[in-house]
Amino acid sequence: MENKVTRNLYMIPYALWIIFFVIAPILLVVYYSFLDIEGNFSIVNYQNFFTSTYLKMTFSSFWYAFLITAISLLVAYPTALFLTRTKHKQLWLLLIIVPSWINLLLKAYAFIGIFGAYGTANNILEFIGVGSQQILFTDFSFVFVSVYIFIPFMILPIFNALESLNPTLLDAANDLGASKWATFLRVVFPLTINGVKSGCQVVFIPALSLFMLTRLIAGNRVITLGTAIEQHFLVTQDWGMGSTIAVFLIIIMFVIISLTGIRKRGA
Amino acid sequence: MKNLIRAFLAVLVVSIVCLVVINRLNASAGYSSANTLTVYNWGDYIDEEVIKQFEDETGITVIYETFDSNEAMMTKIKQGGTTYDVAVPSEYMIQKMIEEDLLIELDRTKLPNLKNIDERFMDLSFDPGNKFSVPYFWGTVGIVFNTKMLPDMDFNSWDDLWNPELKNDILLVDSAREVIGMSLNSLGYSLNDINKDHLQEAKEKLNTLTPNIKAIVGDENKLLMMNGEAPVALVWSGDASEIMFENEDLDYSVPEEGSNLWFDNMVIPKTAKNIEGAHQFINFMLDAEVAAQNTEYVSYSTPNKEALKYMPEDMVNDERFYPSPELTDKLEVYDNLGKRNLAYYNALFLEFKMYRK
Repeated sequence: MENKVTRNLYMIPYALWIIFFVIAPILLVVYYSFLDIEGNFSIVNYQNFFTSTYLKMTFSSFWYAFLITAISLLVAYPTALFLTRTKHKQLWLLLIIVPSWINLLLKAYAFIGIFGAYGTANNILEFIGVGSQQILFTDFSFVFVSVYIFIPFMILPIFNALESLNPTLLDAANDLGASKWATFLRVVFPLTINGVKSGCQVVFIPALSLFMLTRLIAGNRVITLGTAIEQHFLVTQDWGMGSTIAVFLIIIMFVIISLTGIRKRGA
Repeated sequence: MKNLIRAFLAVLVVSIVCLVVINRLNASAGYSSANTLTVYNWGDYIDEEVIKQFEDETGITVIYETFDSNEAMMTKIKQGGTTYDVAVPSEYMIQKMIEEDLLIELDRTKLPNLKNIDERFMDLSFDPGNKFSVPYFWGTVGIVFNTKMLPDMDFNSWDDLWNPELKNDILLVDSAREVIGMSLNSLGYSLNDINKDHLQEAKEKLNTLTPNIKAIVGDENKLLMMNGEAPVALVWSGDASEIMFENEDLDYSVPEEGSNLWFDNMVIPKTAKNIEGAHQFINFMLDAEVAAQNTEYVSYSTPNKEALKYMPEDMVNDERFYPSPELTDKLEVYDNLGKRNLAYYNALFLEFKMYRK
C-alpha cells in the first residue's frame, strides 16, 4: 500500500509535465487550427492547406527532408562502422558530438562566411582552378549544411547498435563461408536496422520543419512547412493557418514513427 | 550533491546582496520616477550628446534602453514590467498600439516645438491629427547598389531590376509589403492597392524577376551588401545610409515611379510614470538645433524643417535621402489594410517565394 502511494507521488511531476507541456499545447494547436484570421470558427484553413501552394510546399519539404536523411545515412553508416573499429572510440565519438554543442545559428552564420562569394570555399575553388561559384543560397548549400548539423544524431544510434552487436556472430558468418559483403548485408545490417531507423527518425522529423536555415543558407529559395509556420505566427499573425500546418506536421510525424516503429523481434 | 547545493546557495545569496545594493544606490542617487525618464528606442538611434544636453538643461536623468524590432518593443510595453516614458515605434506599430490602447494622448500645449515639423509629415493615416505620435525620423524604400560591381547601371526605375544582365544578383528583403509594393509601384499602382487583379498582376510580374533574385533575406542583407556578396538589394533608406557609411562603393536610389514612406515616431506609452518629463523630452528633441545635431549623428532623414537650416548643405541637398518634391509626392505611407488583406499579401508573397526559376 505504502509503495503504491509513493509510486503515485513520483508520478505527479511526470503527469503534470505531460499534461501541461505535451497534451495541452497539442490541444491548443488543434483548437487554433479551426480559427480563421478574424478568430471565427471555420475549416477554411484546412481547405487552404489542400491548395496547390501548401501541397507543393509539403512535397518539397518531404523531398528535402528525404535528401538530408539519405545523405546523412550514407555518410553516417560507414563512419559509425569505422568508429567501432578504432582504438580511441570515445575520443573520436566526442569529436563528432562536440559540434552539436555549438548553437545552430552560430554555425549557420559561420557557413554564410565560408560559402560566401569571397569565402573559404570559393578561395579553394579559385586556387584549384575551378573558379568562383555561387554556393550560398543554393539547394546544395542548404542540403550540405543541414546534413552537417544532423549527422551526429544519425551516427550515435547506429554506433550504439553496432557496438552492441555480438562479435562472435561475425566469426560464425565467416566460418560458415560468408564473404565480407554477405556478412554485412545478411548479418550486420539487419541486426543494426533499429539504430538506422531511430537515426532516420531523429533526422527526418526535424528536417521536415527546418526554418532558420531556409532563410540564412538557402535565402528563402527553399520553403519548408517550418518556414510557413514561422511566417504565419510572426508576420501574418494568422495563427490559425500556422496551427493547421502544425497539425499536419504532427500527423505526418505520427505516421512516420509508426511506419519506422521499432518492434520487438519475435514478440 | 552537497557541493551543488552549497554552490547554489552561494549564488542565491550573492544575487540577493546585489539586488539590495542596487536598490540602495538607486535610492541614494535619488532615482525615482519624478526626475528620471526611461527612453525606449532603436539601437544607436540617438546622439548621446543630445541626451546629456537634455539632462543638463532639465535635471532629469535619462535611462536609455534599446530594442531591435517593433514586435519586441510592443511585447515589453504590453507586459508593463518597466516604466517606459518615451518609445519610438514605426508607423504601422503605432496604429496597432492605438488600437490596443497602449498609448497616452499627447498634450499639444507642452509641445510648442511641434511647429518645426514639416506639414507634409503631419496628420498621416496611421495617426490622424497626430494625437499620439510625433515623427522622429523618416525614410523610403529603395535600391542600394554597388557602383564598382555595376559600373554603368542606374536604378531610376523599378523596372531596372528586371534587367536580364542582373541574373542572380538581387537581394530582396523578406517582407511581403515591401516586395509586393515594389512590384505594384513598378506597374503604376498604389502601395495600398487591395484590388485582387492588381495584386495578382504584381505577383505575376514578381515571378518573372526570380531569375535575377539571389536570395530573400532579413537583416543579413546589410552584411551581405557591405561585403560585396551581391551588387543590388531592396532596402529601407535607413539601412542604406548605414551600409553606405561602411562601404563607399554603395549608392542608393529611390525609383521615380514612387515608393514607400516610413516613419519612426515618438510616443508616450501607457507604462509612463513621468509624463511631464516625457513631454519635455519630446519637445526638446523637436528643437531645431537639437534635431539638426541628432540628424547629423544618426544620418536618417529628419522631418524637422527648421533643423535643415542648421545642417550641412550637402546633407540637406542629398536627393537620395531628401527626395525632390516631385518624388516625395509619389511616396506613400502604408495604410493598415486589415488582417484579411494583409493575409492575402502574405499568401501571394509565399507563392512568389515558392516559384522556382
